[in-house]
Amino acid sequence: MKKILPVLFLLALLSPWPTIGPGLAATESAKTIVLPPEDWDLRPGPGLQRVQLSCVLCHSLDYIKLQPPLTKAQWSAVVTKMIRVYGAKITADDAGTISDYLAEYYGTEK
Amino acid sequence: MEKDFTRRDFLKTVGAATAMAAVGGLPSGLQAGEMRLVKFPEKTELRLLSSRPPQLETPLRYFTEEVTPNEALFVRWHLSDIPTAVDLSTWRLRIGGHVTAPYELTFDDLKRFERVIYTAVIQCSGNGRSFFNPRVPGGQWGNGSMGNVTWTGVRLKDILRKAGIRPGAVEVVFDGLDGPPVTTVPDFIKSLPMDKALEEDIIVAYEMNGTPLLMLNGFPVRIVVPGWYATYWVKCLKEITVLDKPFDGFWMKTAYRIPDTPCGCLPPGTAPAKTIPISRMTTRSLIIEPAAGSTATLNKPLEIMGIAFSGGFSIKEVIVSTDGGNTWGKARLGRDLGRYAWIQWRFPWKPERPGRYTLLAKATNTIGESQPFDDLWNPAGYLWNKVEKTEILVT
Repeated sequence: MKKILPVLFLLALLSPWPTIGPGLAATESAKTIVLPPEDWDLRPGPGLQRVQLSCVLCHSLDYIKLQPPLTKAQWSAVVTKMIRVYGAKITADDAGTISDYLAEYYGTEK
Repeated sequence: MEKDFTRRDFLKTVGAATAMAAVGGLPSGLQAGEMRLVKFPEKTELRLLSSRPPQLETPLRYFTEEVTPNEALFVRWHLSDIPTAVDLSTWRLRIGGHVTAPYELTFDDLKRFERVIYTAVIQCSGNGRSFFNPRVPGGQWGNGSMGNVTWTGVRLKDILRKAGIRPGAVEVVFDGLDGPPVTTVPDFIKSLPMDKALEEDIIVAYEMNGTPLLMLNGFPVRIVVPGWYATYWVKCLKEITVLDKPFDGFWMKTAYRIPDTPCGCLPPGTAPAKTIPISRMTTRSLIIEPAAGSTATLNKPLEIMGIAFSGGFSIKEVIVSTDGGNTWGKARLGRDLGRYAWIQWRFPWKPERPGRYTLLAKATNTIGESQPFDDLWNPAGYLWNKVEKTEILVT
C-alpha cells in the first residue's frame, strides 16, 4: 500500500477532472475510474508463492477462490489451458507444483 | 485512450511480491461461493466474483424494479487490461474492412444517426453456471449476471451502410478498448454474421437507462444485440470491421460455443461431438419474491413476484406452483416493455398451512419455447434455464 498510494494520489492531483464519486472522475467529455485494490489472499501452503507469481500476471487470485472445488485432474486441465491456450510462461515443474497446491487447498478432497 | 494505470504498470511499480504483502484492501478468508459485496467505481455494492478482470454480480433484490438500476447492473470483463479512462475528444469509432469507404466517427458524429430506444435483457452466457451438476470451471454466477436495461443508440446497419458494404461481405467483427495482459492471450473480439449484423434492432448504444454508459458497462458505446447473450455486446467499442471470410479468432472459434444438439446440452460429464457459437438466449423465469430461504406468515396473503424473458420473443404465459409442482396456476403478467425486455409477473397466494413450501415458476414464449424441469448440462456452463425451486418457510 505504501508504494501504491502516492501513485494514486499523484494521479488524482494531475487529473483535470473533478472527482464526483469514489474512484471516479468525469466531465461531459471524459471519464476516469480507479479500480479498488485486489484480493491477494490464498490459503497458506507449499507452492503458494509459485501460484501467486504465475497466475497474477493475467488475473487476480480471487479467480482461484471463485472456482468450485475441482479434482486434481480438473485443476491440472485448468493449468494446462492457461499454458497452451493463453500462453502462460509456466515450466512443467511449476505446473506440477501449482496443480498440487490447487488440488490440495481448493480441491474436492477437502 | 489513456489507460492511467494498467495491470502491467501496477505489477512493475510495486513488484508482485511487495504487492502481495502490502495490498490487503478486501476481506479475506472467505470460501468459494460466499457472497462478498464490493463497491467498484460508479457501482453500488455487488457480489464480487473476481477483481481483475472485474466480474460483479447483481443481488437479486434489484430485480423487483422494472428496469435494473445502472449502478446495480452486473459487470463482466474477460481481459484484465480493461479501459479505465476514455476522453471523448480523442475517442473515435473506426469502420473499415471489406467496405468501399472506411471512416471514423466521433461521439457527436455517432449521435447524428437516427436514434433508437428500447428495453432489452442483457444476460451473460454463463448466468446460472454455479447450479450445474457436475460443477464446471468458469465464473460461478448465480442468477445475477443479467439485467433489464433501456438502451439508447443508433442502428449498426446505418453505420455499416454509410461505409458501403462490398459484395462478398460475410461477417462483421467488433473490437473494444480492452486488451490482453500479455501478448499471448487472445484479444477479446467477437463477430456476427452479415445478415444478423444488418438486422433492424442491433444498435451501437451510448446510453443505458437514459444516462451515459458506466465505464465498467462499456463507456462510451457498446454493441447491443437484443435477444442474444451478452458475449456479443462488445463494450468500449473502438472498431467495426467488415470481413469477406469468416472470423476465426479465439473468442468465436474456441470460446463461447455450445454443443450442436437441439437443447445445447449433453449427458453430464461428456464432451460434444460438434459445437456451434452460442447465440440466442433460452427462455427463463425467476422468482424474486419471496426470496429463497425467507419466512412468510401463516394465513397472510402475499404476492409471489418474478420476472420472465426469452431470446427475442414475448412471454405468453407464466405458471406458478406453490406445492412443489403438483398444481399450477397462471401468473398475472405486468407491463409489456417489448419482446426483448423481461416482463414482471405476480401470483397472489395465501399460505394456509405452516411448514416448508417449494415454489416454482415456468415461462413460455409466443413460439412455444419454455423451460426444462430437469438439469441441463454442457461443459462450459451455458444456457441455464431450468425451472428453479424456491424454498420458503411458513410460520
